[in-house]
Amino acid sequence: MTDAPRPIADAVRQRLARRHRAEGRFRMFGVGAIVLAIAFLAVLIGSIIAQSTGAFTTYTLTLPITIEREVADPRGDMSEASLRRGSYNQLIQRALQAELPAASSRTELRDLFSLYSGLNAAPVMRRVVADPSLIGQEISVSMPVNHEIDLYLKGITVREDRQPGEGAITMDADGDEVRLTGEMPVFARFVSRIRAQAEDERQEALSRAARAQAQAGMAESRDAREAALAAERRAFADAERFETIIDPETSILLGARTASLLIGVNGGVISVSAVSPDGRTAQGSVLLPLESDAASSDWTEWVIETPPAARRVGDLQAIYARTLEERGLIDQRFNTRLFLNADSREPELAGVMGAFIGSILTMLVTMLLAVPIGVGTAIYLEEFAPKTRLTGFIEVNINNLAAVPSIVFGLLGLAVFINAFGLPRSAPLVGGMVLALMTLPTVIISSRAALRAVPPSIREAALGVGASKTQAVFQHVLPLAMPGILTGSIIGLAQALGETAPLLMIGMVAFVADAPSLGLAGLTQPSTVMPVQVFLWSGASERAFEMRTAAAILVLLTLMILFNAVAIYLRRRFERRW
Amino acid sequence: MTTPVQGHHIVRAFSEELEQLTASVATMGGLAESLVSDALDAIAARDSDLALDVIQRDKRLDTLQRDIERQIIRLLALRQPLASDLRVCIAALKIAADLERIGDLAKNIARRTRELNEAEPLALSKSIERMGRLVQGHLHEVLDAYASGEIGGALGVWQRDDDVDEHYNTLFRELLVCMAEDPHIVGPGAHLLFIAKNLERVGDHATNIAEVVHYAVTGTELLADRPKGGSSGTP
Amino acid sequence: MAEDANVKAGTVYHPAEGNRKVKVAASGVDVFYADKQALHDVSVEIGDRAVTAFIGPSGCGKSTFLRCINRMNDTIDTARVSGSIRIDGEEINDRSVDPVLLRARVGMVFQKPNPFPKSIFDNVAYGPRIHGLAVSKDELDSIVETSLKKAGLWDEVADRLDQPGNSLSGGQQQRLVIARAIAVNPEVILMDEPCSALDPIATARIEELIDELRENYCLIIVTHSMAQAARVSQMTAFFHLGHLVEFGPTEEIFTNPRDRRTQDYITGRFG
Repeated sequence: MTDAPRPIADAVRQRLARRHRAEGRFRMFGVGAIVLAIAFLAVLIGSIIAQSTGAFTTYTLTLPITIEREVADPRGDMSEASLRRGSYNQLIQRALQAELPAASSRTELRDLFSLYSGLNAAPVMRRVVADPSLIGQEISVSMPVNHEIDLYLKGITVREDRQPGEGAITMDADGDEVRLTGEMPVFARFVSRIRAQAEDERQEALSRAARAQAQAGMAESRDAREAALAAERRAFADAERFETIIDPETSILLGARTASLLIGVNGGVISVSAVSPDGRTAQGSVLLPLESDAASSDWTEWVIETPPAARRVGDLQAIYARTLEERGLIDQRFNTRLFLNADSREPELAGVMGAFIGSILTMLVTMLLAVPIGVGTAIYLEEFAPKTRLTGFIEVNINNLAAVPSIVFGLLGLAVFINAFGLPRSAPLVGGMVLALMTLPTVIISSRAALRAVPPSIREAALGVGASKTQAVFQHVLPLAMPGILTGSIIGLAQALGETAPLLMIGMVAFVADAPSLGLAGLTQPSTVMPVQVFLWSGASERAFEMRTAAAILVLLTLMILFNAVAIYLRRRFERRW
Repeated sequence: MTTPVQGHHIVRAFSEELEQLTASVATMGGLAESLVSDALDAIAARDSDLALDVIQRDKRLDTLQRDIERQIIRLLALRQPLASDLRVCIAALKIAADLERIGDLAKNIARRTRELNEAEPLALSKSIERMGRLVQGHLHEVLDAYASGEIGGALGVWQRDDDVDEHYNTLFRELLVCMAEDPHIVGPGAHLLFIAKNLERVGDHATNIAEVVHYAVTGTELLADRPKGGSSGTP
Repeated sequence: MAEDANVKAGTVYHPAEGNRKVKVAASGVDVFYADKQALHDVSVEIGDRAVTAFIGPSGCGKSTFLRCINRMNDTIDTARVSGSIRIDGEEINDRSVDPVLLRARVGMVFQKPNPFPKSIFDNVAYGPRIHGLAVSKDELDSIVETSLKKAGLWDEVADRLDQPGNSLSGGQQQRLVIARAIAVNPEVILMDEPCSALDPIATARIEELIDELRENYCLIIVTHSMAQAARVSQMTAFFHLGHLVEFGPTEEIFTNPRDRRTQDYITGRFG
């Protein structure tokens, strides 16, 4: 060594900056990871909440309904059998018709009655059956409007714009046809709007055509080229159609693929079918009869921008819904049905109650099976079993079971519980047994860990004063391990609560319109559970189920959080006592 | 003194302190031995200056003893010696006390030598010197035994303590006879008697040291009665 | 060293205190953990109403031997004990002897104070309760009180018997554990390094307590502190590498050990 060893301070100082940087970097990564995780969580929860908001309110149609004897009691003997055969839907239809007498033709009536689902007659029937004295009386009945109407009223599916018109208009009726004339170009705003829209669409169509042409040029097979060319032709046709709207010389014809213009005047509504290019006159038909033909400057320009072809709510339905809303018969309420109803084909009537009860029953079975068996196994393996090759083998296999895909447990349940034991399909009993199988390894492993964490000094202390092995375990070790065992068990149960796959195998994926009864009988009734409900709704085609899926996820999440809160509470409580 | 157990303490400072203690005791032993030897020389040569030197050098022995005591107290308090270490410490404490007493006795001999030198020389001085050399030899032997840890020498001294006693008894009787014959020599005779007694005491201390060395090395006490010679009317 | 003439059959001779009845007699005790032999042919006779200290370096088998005396090694699956251990002449390694009964007769105090996470009262009352030593609440109360008094803890905890045992200080906890052991009125009390986790004052209290308990019990204490062994015990056994190297009156062990290994260990030399 030529140079003397450097003083430690110098040596350290030289590397200090690098070391601090490394530490700083690590901290930064940590903070970054947490921020990222929180951001993802926020996005997830945020998007679920945002999606679900629509599901928590619903537009409700409230009608005074007179229970007419001859309709409600077709046999006339007031027997329950007779009351059950009454046509309560007819009563609702009559009440609705009374509100809107203008609807008289078949199409009009069809549109009017499509505002609600005929399934709503069932609760009315139940009310009457329960209290036959209602017959002959007028009762108020609330029912959710059809989900499409609901979405329309919430402004989710249909873009529309209602504003007071400017200037007076006169109407010349010619049968159903009406000619509207403004003292000035009253429709100019609409014309410019629809032309701008048409221009956009034309550009879009043209670029689509260009893309199709390019595709045709590159197509490798003859069929592909033909298809591309056909698409190009279609796109050009579209563009051409929009050109006629844009053309300032021709009058604008409104149809299925353009926005609708409705004019509300004198208590009625006119649907406009053509507008003159200058926006001064328009041609239309009366959808809701006017009270008078007098010229008026108090009118509403009601533009439904979404073309009829792209929406599932007709102009007439929209008019009826808005009219009833204006009269206060349709209003927005908290959606109690989401929580109190079982599943339904009609989104507005569907709720999570059935799945909730199913989940509770399933969890009950799981808990009663998995926790005692799991904890007992853990105690035996950890405290009593001799450490032999056999117990080692069992241990390894329990650990392996925890890693088995859950669907395998479903298959096992199907083969053993349903096929071999002959237990009913779709029943919470079988679901609970399958989930118990799945949860057992978790419960065993976490319980063993909790037991192992109890200091051996406690066992020695108990044995040292002459306690037997069993006394030492049950009077000292187990109470100390309880918080850990509870936490593990509850986490295992929470995991089971969120499990779908194994339940699909045993038929708990069925559509169940009635909630199972909350009791022993419910254990064998067909049922579904929360995560499966989410799965079912997420696959449904109706737009309204989309937001209900999100709402159901929220309910499931709340349930999970509740479970974990209970776990934390129990742990705290036991820790305090011991 | 080498400790009866080989090998070093895990705490090295402890070993060093014990070695230091043993070295101090050895130094003190050498000094005490030289005092006895010089006192005898002073008698033989009737050298009063040498006697004075002995008297003065005894102070150094006292200092050394206090120093050793301090060392031992420190060792006991801080190291809590056990077994052989404990015995080594206790042995050092006892040996230091014995050596200090030996120094005092040598000093006393030197003082009496100065008195004797004032008077006519007595024929019995030769006997005194012989006895003195014997005692000095015993002292030398036990100190060697202490330094080497070989208990053979110590045992020998312990067993041969009677020789000193016999010498003393003979001298005592001869002196009594002389003093009875010639009353003029009663003064120097008495001094010689005390010198002899002092030498006998030095011999006893040497025996004590032999016992202590034996205990320190083996851990057992020399319990059996020493082979005593004919008892005498010791003053 | 004690002359053989002084030793009567069934007694342990102590130079200062004379003969003492043998309480625990071990002969040819071997202990294996799996394939490793932890204790080799240990034979010793331990006197009643005295404190016997086991000393030796870590892993020398002293704790292992201690745990043989109340068959605590039974709780370790791989442990195998052979040889004979007799308490009052009664073989305890016999299959017919229930370890639960044995452990009621032979109490144990561990290295770390290990009170149950229960109230002070319940800690002491646990043993009497499971053995059914008290028929009434009053009797149980008095057992708890006597035990706590014997352990010298009564004055400190009399007004807070319902507080958890863990709320006491380390030294108090250890005395509580001793009270718990005394409560079942054992014949032998084993202590495995009872003061290793305590400060000197708490240690001194425990040592004083051990000295008092000597009047009524046979105490066996494992300790790493030679000074402690010297302070509290009458007899000392030195273990080394699974062998009982030397056993004798404490003052002899600490002033004049006969075995070189004991000497080296006690004086702190490398062997």
